[in-house]
Amino acid sequence: MQMKDKFGIKLGMWLFLYTEIMLFGALFLLYAAYYKKYTANFAESAQELNLVFGTVNTVILITSSFTVAASITAIHNKARKLAIALLATSSTLGIIFLINKYFEWSHKIHAGIYLNSDILTNGPFGSNIFFSLYYLITGLHGLHVFIGIMLLIVCGIMVAQKRIVPGNYVFLENVGLYWHLVDLIWIFVFPLFYLVI
Amino acid sequence: MMTTKLSHTGPLSYGRLLLVLGCLYILTGITVFSSQVDLGAFNIWVILLIASIKASLVLLFFMHLKYEPPLLKRTFIATIFILAIFISFMFWDVAFRQAL
Repeated sequence: MQMKDKFGIKLGMWLFLYTEIMLFGALFLLYAAYYKKYTANFAESAQELNLVFGTVNTVILITSSFTVAASITAIHNKARKLAIALLATSSTLGIIFLINKYFEWSHKIHAGIYLNSDILTNGPFGSNIFFSLYYLITGLHGLHVFIGIMLLIVCGIMVAQKRIVPGNYVFLENVGLYWHLVDLIWIFVFPLFYLVI
Repeated sequence: MMTTKLSHTGPLSYGRLLLVLGCLYILTGITVFSSQVDLGAFNIWVILLIASIKASLVLLFFMHLKYEPPLLKRTFIATIFILAIFISFMFWDVAFRQAL
């Protein structure tokens, strides 16, 4: 039997997460610098975003974070079926999040708010920056959600195939960490884009 | 002894996870409510403070950071420290540019 260095595997995952924090951190830095310069434009533009969509998506992601954490508890407690059900719930919530995002983006695009659109290029410069950052950050975040959903599905299959078992679930823990990070980023995206006034 | 405790405890109980989830829901409610009240320049700080509290809850409990060995905690703090340097230096730069 090969011994697994569980702590090493986890530490490696955390190191990867730090690079993700820096990636999104740099984008938030950009937001902060422009917010300071174009505060009024940013506040106006944020009014354009639908608070209901944003709040619903926040609740969805927070809930899915909980179900992923609970699935680890379930596998630890040898409740295999519950773990699969919780992982299926998590990935479903992730998919609902992306569907909401799709409607939100299409609504904005139909309203003429997209990169390089006439409304944005001829409008205030600060609003143009705000929506560029909005599409960039929520787009990159959405990509992470998509990857996370795939990983959650893989975990569900691995639990069903008994490749993730009560004594050996570090892969599930790492996928969980990734999903929580996606949630963590949204916790900052939500107020910065939907709530600034 | 060569055996070191890698993870101080196993996963959190369902009850504690639910408690964290409840706190996150309440904080989301508070932050949405606070954005409807005009506090002037304080609004951005209020919503960022609440977001930081929410992020801490996710990190400490969902991501299990509270129960990890010191090495992991230190690497996390170092990352946030470096990010804080980036943020403060940027504002330092922006502040001096206005004086020119």
